[in-house]
Amino acid sequence: MKEHNPVKSNTYKSSQNFDGEYEVIIIGGGVVGTSIAREFSRYNLRISLIEKEDELSFGVSKANSGIVHAGIHSRAALLKEKLCARGNFLYNQLKSELGIPFKRVGELLVVKEGEDVNELLKFKSMGEENGVPGLKILSREEIREIEPALSKEIIAALYAPSAGVVNPYELVYLLAQNAIKNGVEIKTGEEVISINDRIVQTTKGKYKTQFIINAAGLFADRISNMVGIFDFKIVPRKGEEYLLDKKLRGLVSHIIFPLPSKNSKGTLVIPTLDGTIMVGPSAHEIENKYDLKTSDDVCWQIFEKARQMIPAIHSKHLISTFAGNRPVPVSLKPISERTPAELNEDFIINATPVPGFINVVGIQSPGLTAAPAIAERVVEIVKEEGLELIPSQSFVAHLTPTKKLREMSDLELEKEVRENPDYGKIVCRCEMVSEGEMKQAIASGAKTLDGVKFRTRAGMGRCQGGFCSFRTIEILAEELNVSPLEITKKGAGSNILVADITHRKSN
Amino acid sequence: MEKPIIVIGAGPAGLQVAISIVKNFQNKEGFFPPVIVIDREKHAGGILNQCIHTGFGLAEYKEELTGPEYASRVLQEFRQLGIELRLSTTVIRVDENKMVTTLSPHRGLEKINALAIIFTTGCRERARGVIHIPGDRPAGIYTAGLAQKFINIDGYLPGKRVVILGSGDIGLIMARRLTFQGAKVLAVLEANNFVGGLARNVVQCLDDFNIPLYLSHTITDIIGKNRVEKVKISRVDENMRPVWGSEFELACDTILLSIGLIPENELAEMAGVKLDPSTNGAVIDENYMTSIKGIFACGNALHVHDLVDKLAVEAKEVGKNVAEYVDLSIGNSSTKGSLEFNAGTSVNIDENIRYILPHKISGKKTVKFHFRVRKPLNDVTLRMGNFQKRFPYLLPNEMSSVTIPAEYFERIDGDYLELLAVKGVKKVKGKEEDSELIQSQIVREVKIWIEKKLPV
Repeated sequence: MKEHNPVKSNTYKSSQNFDGEYEVIIIGGGVVGTSIAREFSRYNLRISLIEKEDELSFGVSKANSGIVHAGIHSRAALLKEKLCARGNFLYNQLKSELGIPFKRVGELLVVKEGEDVNELLKFKSMGEENGVPGLKILSREEIREIEPALSKEIIAALYAPSAGVVNPYELVYLLAQNAIKNGVEIKTGEEVISINDRIVQTTKGKYKTQFIINAAGLFADRISNMVGIFDFKIVPRKGEEYLLDKKLRGLVSHIIFPLPSKNSKGTLVIPTLDGTIMVGPSAHEIENKYDLKTSDDVCWQIFEKARQMIPAIHSKHLISTFAGNRPVPVSLKPISERTPAELNEDFIINATPVPGFINVVGIQSPGLTAAPAIAERVVEIVKEEGLELIPSQSFVAHLTPTKKLREMSDLELEKEVRENPDYGKIVCRCEMVSEGEMKQAIASGAKTLDGVKFRTRAGMGRCQGGFCSFRTIEILAEELNVSPLEITKKGAGSNILVADITHRKSN
Repeated sequence: MEKPIIVIGAGPAGLQVAISIVKNFQNKEGFFPPVIVIDREKHAGGILNQCIHTGFGLAEYKEELTGPEYASRVLQEFRQLGIELRLSTTVIRVDENKMVTTLSPHRGLEKINALAIIFTTGCRERARGVIHIPGDRPAGIYTAGLAQKFINIDGYLPGKRVVILGSGDIGLIMARRLTFQGAKVLAVLEANNFVGGLARNVVQCLDDFNIPLYLSHTITDIIGKNRVEKVKISRVDENMRPVWGSEFELACDTILLSIGLIPENELAEMAGVKLDPSTNGAVIDENYMTSIKGIFACGNALHVHDLVDKLAVEAKEVGKNVAEYVDLSIGNSSTKGSLEFNAGTSVNIDENIRYILPHKISGKKTVKFHFRVRKPLNDVTLRMGNFQKRFPYLLPNEMSSVTIPAEYFERIDGDYLELLAVKGVKKVKGKEEDSELIQSQIVREVKIWIEKKLPV
């Protein structure tokens, strides 16, 4: 658990008017933005990533279901399916290089009484066309052997062993860590206000660049508009997720999918890496991109659907809930002019008529899976657009593996605490997170309570921060050299404490 | 090195049980192993440290003390007895062989082979996610105990305009505390049609400050982008469903949740101790020993207490039992001792009772039962054979108890002995064929069945 020293300098100060000069600026710090940043860091380039939220992944990625899809849901030859298959393949490498939390648990696309089993054959053949390995149609008995908790109404399933589960925000943080190690400058809490002639103006500075990668998720339309591109808009499609008690760990071992609808892959039952079972997501369009409310109606619907597949699931097992909005790309061209890709809500990944401006937009499912492949594609596009890519001699693909305290053996724990007593001070008892790990999270960029929470799991356990919140705030305040009053939950405006009621000495 | 007795948690239960064990050792012949009390906090006292209101120690010290004052008194006695206290030490694991693994910055990782373990790990608060309050997830939503800590220990006010969900004692106390600190408490909401906390707290915390209490109401929506901005409140029916058209809004920046306490037993579960799903505390016998020999539990970790004085009485009793157990285990005493551990007779309850402790009895010893009812009941008489106890009322928020002397257990006739609480019936029969007739005459009843089973 040591500090990572960046291999290259991370600040590119420049001439007179600019606060920085780069070859590539990436707008958006979710899984797509950070994947692209890391990919570019393989070359001798000055790269910056700008994220408007206080923490990376706090746009769309944080609420992702965390599924690395096998790629069996293709209905047409779309870019997203191609990239999904390639992305899925690249996850092994990501795991070995970055130590991402990832496991191939396999998926079961199930069909119940009254539904058409032939749908499964269609998905199987399309999957095979896309190069998805190991696909097999299972009978009732075979399904029951590998997934005994499934409803008796399930008559057949398509089994795809290459599907997996990943922790999406941890993935983002590890990608970012490696990108920073390889020289990428990451700016959080900074919002792009305007772009003119390859000059990016943000709330904190003005930067000159050669290429701009628009990976701004829900606000990618706003960024595109800044350079005069108005042919699409991003519509938020909300998904609510419900987390069930760890006591149910082992109830399901594969990701369970129903037959998909036009708009979504459906309500799933997901065995997450953290040991909780997650049910969801729902899918319905909303107006407000910031609307992340969960509701009773949707809760009820999700549980109904989940119970149809796994009858043992019950809302009494609920421990937490959250929601996320998918960035759905909607073409603003007349319907007659829309391409099949546009009609199918395919990814928009292309160079644009605006020199240097690359769109990476509308990355909803299977975006997480496709991310490593999207990054490869973007680098290719930029190369085609004339950027010289010289492989960097100092690029380091690996991250020093760091184990979490709760994953350590007694021997490892003993050694760790002896070397640094901060690791023996447990702050979050439910998830066994130490002061040392919290300080590390802050050193790698966390500035908010949720930032520490999402990097360490502190506050995600049984007591949901009931015991550890203040000490976490205190550590943030100490490390960031501010008053505890300035610490926020998730960014500006979400302060936790409102007044100091003692007569203590000010900072 | 001899195996010590480990007490996990230095709150009032842990401190009192340790004191009791040591004092009981002093009354016995022989050499006894040390008692070590372990706590993850920097200070002993547990939750008392943040309870700066008075009302503690009335029975024990005949004074109305604040939580920290009460803790001080207990700690004084504790220190005089020279019991070892390990603070800033987190127990990370307990196994069924009573191996306790601890982690602390100064001692690193340590493994202790314990002779006996007493879980006095207290409880945690129920959080939002479990009851699914729909809406946004902004900053400004805290459990009442967390808010209490922010104010009383850390010295920060967590909000200025507050709505409190839940009329448990912590919520009521915090309504007053926040008001003292200059915040505006707009309302206390309670989904049930009866108050969760003690009656005196309703008077002293709400009535005295003109804070409105809305029974049969709950929060149906939380609105706020970064920080809470307002809540939607609805009246609910007996099935907890919002009543259409009763919704109103309150602009606020803080929501306090006082929606229940859950005994903290993650470590006990790790060790394989059986838990009672209706309390989330350990299943115990009349000696407060759990399903694992030599592991005991008491205090809030076992069941949520209302008054620290009652908890102290419980802890003292448990301490006596632990001392007896240790005495037998190390073979000091030549006599077999008066305790029979983990006896096999189960105590069963009906739907009126939420839980009863202990879960198992030997039938040879006088037992003090603690129980809570689900809903308020009036004019209840508990009867078992010739034994009788009348309660003018039984409330879910006040722990009830009944002591049944040993001789009543001997007179078990037939397959079961019925302990009935009966209103308006003169005769009670212990025979099955009459029970239906009796039930039809009973207006409200509390049944505590004691079913005699063969010892396991």
